[in-house]
Amino acid sequence: MLIFVVRRLLTAIPTLFVIITLSFFLIRVAPGGPFNQERGLSPEVKANLERAYGLDDPLWEQYLRYLGNLLKGDFGPSYNLPDFTVRELFEKGLPVSIQIGTSALILALIVGGTLGVIAALNQNRTADYAVIATAAAGSTIPTFVIAPIIQLVFGLTWTLLPIGGWGGGAFVNKIGPVITLSLPQIAIVARLMRGSMIESLRSHHIRTARALGLSEWSVVVRHALRGALLPIISYAGPAAAALLTGSIVVETIFAIPGVGRYFVDAALNRDYTLVMGTVVVIAIFTILFNLAVDILYAVVDPRVRYD
Amino acid sequence: MTELAITHAVPGRSFWGDAWARLRANRAAMVSLVYLGLMAVACIVGPLLVPHQYTTIYPDYVRIPPSLSPYPKPEMIETALGDVLKRMRVDVKEWRQESDRIFVTITSSREIDERNTRYIDRSDTFDDARVEEKSPDGKTMVMSAAIKQQHFLFGTDNTGRDLLSRTLMAGRVSLAIGLLAGVVAVVIGVVYGATAGFLGGRIDEAMMRVVDVLYSLPFIFFVIMLVVFFGRNFVLMFLAVGAVLWLDMARIVRGQALSIRRQEYVQAAEALGVSRTGILARHIVPNLLGVVVIYMTLLVPQVIILESFLSFLGLGVQEPMTSWGVLISAGAKNIGTANWLLLFPAFFLVSTLFALNFVGDGLRDALDPKDR
Repeated sequence: MLIFVVRRLLTAIPTLFVIITLSFFLIRVAPGGPFNQERGLSPEVKANLERAYGLDDPLWEQYLRYLGNLLKGDFGPSYNLPDFTVRELFEKGLPVSIQIGTSALILALIVGGTLGVIAALNQNRTADYAVIATAAAGSTIPTFVIAPIIQLVFGLTWTLLPIGGWGGGAFVNKIGPVITLSLPQIAIVARLMRGSMIESLRSHHIRTARALGLSEWSVVVRHALRGALLPIISYAGPAAAALLTGSIVVETIFAIPGVGRYFVDAALNRDYTLVMGTVVVIAIFTILFNLAVDILYAVVDPRVRYD
Repeated sequence: MTELAITHAVPGRSFWGDAWARLRANRAAMVSLVYLGLMAVACIVGPLLVPHQYTTIYPDYVRIPPSLSPYPKPEMIETALGDVLKRMRVDVKEWRQESDRIFVTITSSREIDERNTRYIDRSDTFDDARVEEKSPDGKTMVMSAAIKQQHFLFGTDNTGRDLLSRTLMAGRVSLAIGLLAGVVAVVIGVVYGATAGFLGGRIDEAMMRVVDVLYSLPFIFFVIMLVVFFGRNFVLMFLAVGAVLWLDMARIVRGQALSIRRQEYVQAAEALGVSRTGILARHIVPNLLGVVVIYMTLLVPQVIILESFLSFLGLGVQEPMTSWGVLISAGAKNIGTANWLLLFPAFFLVSTLFALNFVGDGLRDALDPKDR
């Protein structure tokens, strides 16, 4: 298993390298630069700024320097937030996004998984249709509609939750964003769970378990659920990577100081280093969670072996 | 012994006739189809029927709540009149209302010009202003004006624009973008996928590798790069959106083309010496159409969501043009003071998405040949 993990991490390096290279040159090809937007910047000042950040060097030199710094863990300074380095920005924002994302993911897996199992056990009955309808609603209504409606209902009409803000990480401030983030995921997980559970319940080992006279609970939870988990795990990996690296809509509407907004703002302001930083962080998360999926596969399904 | 005699010819049912019959039986899909039709008609014809232009600003009616009864409300008349007379720089002695006309007696230290009635006409609340009486020295005057009755069924927004006409106009934009970007994505995807699938071999492998590479880039990164390159241009925007969404289509069509090509009826046609174009036209394309139609109905809501998302971020459609995303974004910023700005556009968007999904699901059930 250890060999497998090491090998997977080693093969991730070229992938990461390609992603970094591709996005480095893509964002540089885009018209404009980090210091173009500011009004009244004289050409001399602009030239000085660009010299200070080494932006006037040939592109390949900048690229090699960026790669070199990246190896030392240096993501460079942010051009549009000059008081911060990209690393500092992520050290500040990432924990916030990770907290919200993890809570949303756990909530989605528990609620969505339970709903899916209930639907599968009551196939083509009222409970099943209720879950299907809820899942359809959850995956159709976009987050930028759910979020303000949650604010309106729970924040303004019933005043149960704060309308927005982080509040130093207070529990009540997280409820709205977490629910908004998890609703579409609940819908997807419930659908996946329902499908794979129905299939799992039809399989031979479940028939055998029933024939052996195991209790319904034991049949469903210990045997059927285990087989049904595989599609959920393979969905949860990429979903976790996306959730933990911040959602721009949720973080904007609920005014949460996470990393979700970095990417769009940075790309629009040509804040090259911050764009690159975001790409690298998202890529690392994706690679790590895909690896976690493969490891979990081996844990859940004894047929999967990696040695 | 029963005798089986065919007394009359049974009309054969075509694939599409069959599909249509199944779709007709699906009540949710049919209701959704009718709803979508009504929505499209409302958005195309509606802005012409609503008495307000979607860009007209009514300074007297900023952020007024939706109402079935016409504006101005009785309590609004006095403030509106006060505003007008302040602009006229005269003092009010008294004013009264008689049915739908108001009569106001004004005084001034100087002679009052009769052309001052224009100030009243210019207001959104009154029109048809007249001078009724005039004192001999011209320093006191009685003017009358009709109260202009206007409906704002959905209320107005922050700058005093009618939300009904804006919502319908936004629907035009959102639906048009959804449809056009959907068509762009489908055309690119079908041509690319069918070519790869039909040609097969090394070309297929190379073409699909390109798709894989594009697929591995974060989707939002792609869209934002396109916005960065093309600027915030409305037409280029949905071309870009369409150009991003073709990847799924290409994969699905390629897979289908590959499997259809291996079917026995295609082999039979090949054995019979039917030309390549003949096989494409008679077997491959018609069998692909079902998948394409299903995927397109599922693609349109995706595009509408994406467009709304971009507009929500301020990257999509720009003012004074509007789309459901733009309106929802404005509504989300004003939920504390004017929740109708969020609720009406959100209802239009969400109900349309629901209807599109039901139609898509219905079509999938109707067209999926494996389901028989």
